[in-house]
Amino acid sequence: MKTLKDVAVGESAVVKRLQCTGPLKRRIMDMGLTKGTEVFVRKVAPLGDPLELTVRGYELSIRKAEAEAIEVEEK
Amino acid sequence: MSLKIALAGNPNCGKTTLFNNLTGGNEYVGNWPGVTVEKKNGDLKGYKDIVLQDLPGIYSLSPYTLEEVVTRQYLVDERPDAIINIVDGTNIERNLYLTTQLLELNIPMVIALNMMDLVTKNGDEIDIEKLAKALGCEVMPISALEGNGCKELAAKAVSLAQEKKVGEHPHVFTGAVEHAIAHIEESIQEKVDSQVLRWFAVKLFERDEKALEKLALPKEITEHLEKHVVECENELEDDSESIITNQRYAYVKKVTEQAVRKKQREGNLTLSDKIDKVVTNRVLALPIFAVVIWFMYWISVSTIGTWLTDWANDGVFGDGWHFAFTADSALFTAKEVKERNAAALKEFEARKAAALKAGEKFEEEFEPETWESVSGAFDDAQKRIETWQAAYTKAYEEKHPAAEGENKEEEEFEVQDTELAKTVKATAIFEDEESGEIDHEEEVTYEQYLEDKKVEEPNPSLYGLWIPGVPSIIGGLLDKIGIHDGSFLYSLIINGIVAGVGTVFGFLPQILIVFLFLAFMEDCGYMARVAFIMDRIFRRFGLSGKSFIPMLVGTGCGVPAVMATRTIENLNDRRMTILLATFIPCGAKVAIIAMIVAAFFPGSNLVGPSMYFVGIAIVVFGGIALKKTKTFAGEAAPFVMELPAYHWPSLKGVFIHTWERGKAYAIKAGTIIFAACIVLYFLMSFDWHFHLLDPETAEGLEQCMLHDIGQAFAWIFKPLGFGNWQGTVACVSAEIAKEQATATLAMLAPDVDGGTLKGVQTLFAQMAPANLEPATQALYAKIIAFSFMVCNLFFPPCLVAIATTWREMGSAKWGCIAIGFQLMVGYIIALFSYQFGVMLFAGAGVGAGQIIAILVLLAVLYFIFRPMPKFEEVKK
Repeated sequence: MKTLKDVAVGESAVVKRLQCTGPLKRRIMDMGLTKGTEVFVRKVAPLGDPLELTVRGYELSIRKAEAEAIEVEEK
Repeated sequence: MSLKIALAGNPNCGKTTLFNNLTGGNEYVGNWPGVTVEKKNGDLKGYKDIVLQDLPGIYSLSPYTLEEVVTRQYLVDERPDAIINIVDGTNIERNLYLTTQLLELNIPMVIALNMMDLVTKNGDEIDIEKLAKALGCEVMPISALEGNGCKELAAKAVSLAQEKKVGEHPHVFTGAVEHAIAHIEESIQEKVDSQVLRWFAVKLFERDEKALEKLALPKEITEHLEKHVVECENELEDDSESIITNQRYAYVKKVTEQAVRKKQREGNLTLSDKIDKVVTNRVLALPIFAVVIWFMYWISVSTIGTWLTDWANDGVFGDGWHFAFTADSALFTAKEVKERNAAALKEFEARKAAALKAGEKFEEEFEPETWESVSGAFDDAQKRIETWQAAYTKAYEEKHPAAEGENKEEEEFEVQDTELAKTVKATAIFEDEESGEIDHEEEVTYEQYLEDKKVEEPNPSLYGLWIPGVPSIIGGLLDKIGIHDGSFLYSLIINGIVAGVGTVFGFLPQILIVFLFLAFMEDCGYMARVAFIMDRIFRRFGLSGKSFIPMLVGTGCGVPAVMATRTIENLNDRRMTILLATFIPCGAKVAIIAMIVAAFFPGSNLVGPSMYFVGIAIVVFGGIALKKTKTFAGEAAPFVMELPAYHWPSLKGVFIHTWERGKAYAIKAGTIIFAACIVLYFLMSFDWHFHLLDPETAEGLEQCMLHDIGQAFAWIFKPLGFGNWQGTVACVSAEIAKEQATATLAMLAPDVDGGTLKGVQTLFAQMAPANLEPATQALYAKIIAFSFMVCNLFFPPCLVAIATTWREMGSAKWGCIAIGFQLMVGYIIALFSYQFGVMLFAGAGVGAGQIIAILVLLAVLYFIFRPMPKFEEVKK
C-alpha cells in the first residue's frame, strides 16, 4: 500500500483513500484532498519535514505524519 | 433598523483588504463572545445604517476549528441580511468549496471574484456569466488591492439585502444524496425554521455534532435519520462526511471546467513560484530565514526599537526631549549659548596662535558648549557633591558625636565646620550606566565641592527645540490649578497615574515596529513559510513553527512577544507560546544579569549567556512537560496549512493591521496596568497611618505598607536563600519593571565605602546564615545572589507583560494558569540554584532543604520524561 509519504519529490499521485478519522480527516478533505484528486509533491522543508504539495492549483503544506494517512495510487 | 452584511471567505483571499476598502478603515475590533477570535465590523462607506461584519477567514463550515464554529453560529443564528462571499480568482477551485456551503444558508449572497487583475495578467479567463448561472448567485469581478469594482459590489450587496432575494440552489449533490436529504428535511421541518431547513438537513446527513446538539431531536427521529444516512452510505460505499465533501468538490470542478479557461503554463513559472523556489530552497531557506530574522531583530530590538523605547520612557514620559535631531543644531541653539561659544572659540584660537608662535606643541581641540557636554558636566558635579556631602556628614558626626543625625533631619545640607570640611576628601566612583561596572574614580576635595556647587543645572531649551515630558507638563498644569508638588493629589497623579500610563505607552513605539514587521511578513506570505521551515524543530516540544518569532522578539521585550503570538492560529499552540515566550530573558532582565555579574562574578562571560540557555531549556522542557498535561494533550493540532502565493502587500493594509493591534494593546493592557500601578503606588508611598512617604529613599521603603507585606511573605523566599524583607521587596518591585530590581537593591543596600556594588555584595552577605567563616559567607552571598537573579529572570515577567498575557490568554482561568506556571518555574529554578549550590560549593551538606529540592527535581523529571499519558475523555 502506497501513501503520499512515499511519493518522491517532483512526482504526482492520485488520492485513493484517507485512513485518518475525525477532525484531521475533515480538515484534509476540506483543503481539497479528496478521493480522485491529483497531488503533486513539490518539495520537502529544509529540515526534512513537512511537505509542500500542489493540490487543485494551490500550495498546501502537510506533515509527513499526516501524509502517511493518505493512501495514493499511480496516476 | 440597520442592515447587516457579512463578509465571508477563505484566509489569504484579500478579505481584509476588501473590508478596509468597503469601510474606509473605520471599524470596531473586539472578540467574539467567549473566544479569542477577533471580531471586526465597520460602517459601509457611502451608505447609512449598513454594518459590514467581517467573519474569520475559513476554508469550510465544519464544526472543528474555533473560527469555523464562530462563523457558523453567526450565519445561522444571527442571519445577516446579505453575504459577500469573497473568492480568490487565482485559486477558484478551493474557494468555491466554501461557496457551496454558504449557498445552503438561504441568505441573499453576492460573490466578489477577487484578484481579477492577477487572473488577467496570468492569461487566464473566467466566464462570469456562466459562473453566476451555475452557482445561482450574482458574481462581481473586483480587485480589492486596486479598488476596482468595490463600489459596484457594495451597491449590489445593499440592493440584495434590501430585496431579500435568494437565488436558486445549485444541484451540488447526486440523486442518492439528494434523496436522503429530502427525507431528512421532511422529518425535521417541524423543528427547524424553513430558512435553514436545507442547511440543517445537510449537516445532519454529515452527522455534524454541533448541529445535532443544537436541535436536540428526540431519539426516534435521530434513529430514523440514521437509517437514511446509512442507506445512502451503503449505496455509495463511503461515509457520509466524505460523500458530501467529495461531491461538493466534484461539483466545483464541473463548474470551473465550464467557466474557467486556464492558460497552459508548461515550465513557465509564475513570479510567486520563482520566489518560492529560492526562499524555501533546501539549501538557501535557512540562510535566507536567518537574514530576514536578523534584519527584523536588528531594526525592532537592537536599534530603532530601543531608541524609540528610550525616547518614550525617558523623554515623553520622563523629563523631556529635544525634538528630532534639534539638540545642538545651529537653528535652535539659543543666542546666549552661541555667543558664549563664539567667545570661547575666539579665546581658543588666540591661545592656539600664541602657543604656535612660542613654538610649543598644541594638541588641544576646541570643544564647544553643547547639550551633551553641559548636561554631562552637571551630572558629574552632582555625583561629586553627593559623595562629598556623605563623607563630610560622616566625618562631622565622628567629630561631634552628640550631633548625630542632626544634619540628616535638615532639609538643606549645610557645612557647619569649615575647618573640618577642608580636611574631608571623598572618592567619587563613576559607574557605567549600562553595565554598572566602574568606569573611573575621582577624588573630591572641599575646593572641588565648592566649585561643583556653582555648576547650575543647564536649561535644555537653550540647546535645541525642547519638548517637556508629560509629567512636567501635567505637573505644571496641576501647579496652576493649585495642586502643588508634595501634596497627596499631586503625587498620586504624577507618580501613580502618569507614571502608570507611561509604562504602557513607553512600550508602544517598539510594539508598533514589531507589528509592522509581522503584518508585512504575514501579508506578503512569508509568515506561512516561517512555519513551514521551523515546524520540524518546534513541534517536538509542542509548539508551532510560528512560535519562533515570539520567542525571538522576547529577547527584546516580552510584551510585543506575547502580542506577536496573534499570528498563531491554533489556540493551544498559541497559549503554550504565550506561556513560554517570556522565559527568554528580555532586555530589561539584562540589567539584573549585569548587576549581579558585576558584583559577584566580575569578568565572567559564562553566567550571562548561560541565562539564555536556561531560558531556552525552560521553553524546550516546559513545552515537553506541558504537552503531556491533560489541558494541552487533548487536540493534537494537525499541520495542514496553505502556503499562499507571495504578493506585495498594500501599505495601507499593513498599517491598518499594525494600528489595530497596537490599539488593542494600549487599551487592553493599559486598563489593567493602570489599576495595578495605582495599587502598587499606594502600597509603596504610604505607611499604615496613610502618611505620605518618599519611595525613592531607603527610609521611605522601610516604612511603607509594601515593606510590611514583604516582611509577611519573606518566609516564602527562605528556601531560595533571600528570605528577608529586602529580597522580597526587590522581587516585588521587579514585577513593576524588571530593571527596577537593580534600583531597589541599590536603594536597600547598606551604605558602605566602595560604591553601589560593594553595598549589594554586603546586602547579600547579610542574607547568608549567621556564624559562617568570612570565606564561606562570601561564597554563600554569591550563591544567594545567583538564586535571586534566576528567580527574577524566570518569575512572571513585569506587570505590563503579565497584563498583556492575561488579556491575550482570553480568560481569567488561562491568565492564572500562565502566572501560576511562571511562578512555579522561577521558584523551582531558584530553589535548585540555592539548595544545590550551597551543597556542592559551600559544603553545606544534605539537610532538609536539599532533600526537598531533590524530591522536587524528581517530580520535575517525571513530568518531563513520563510517557505520554492517555486521556480518553478528552478525545471524546
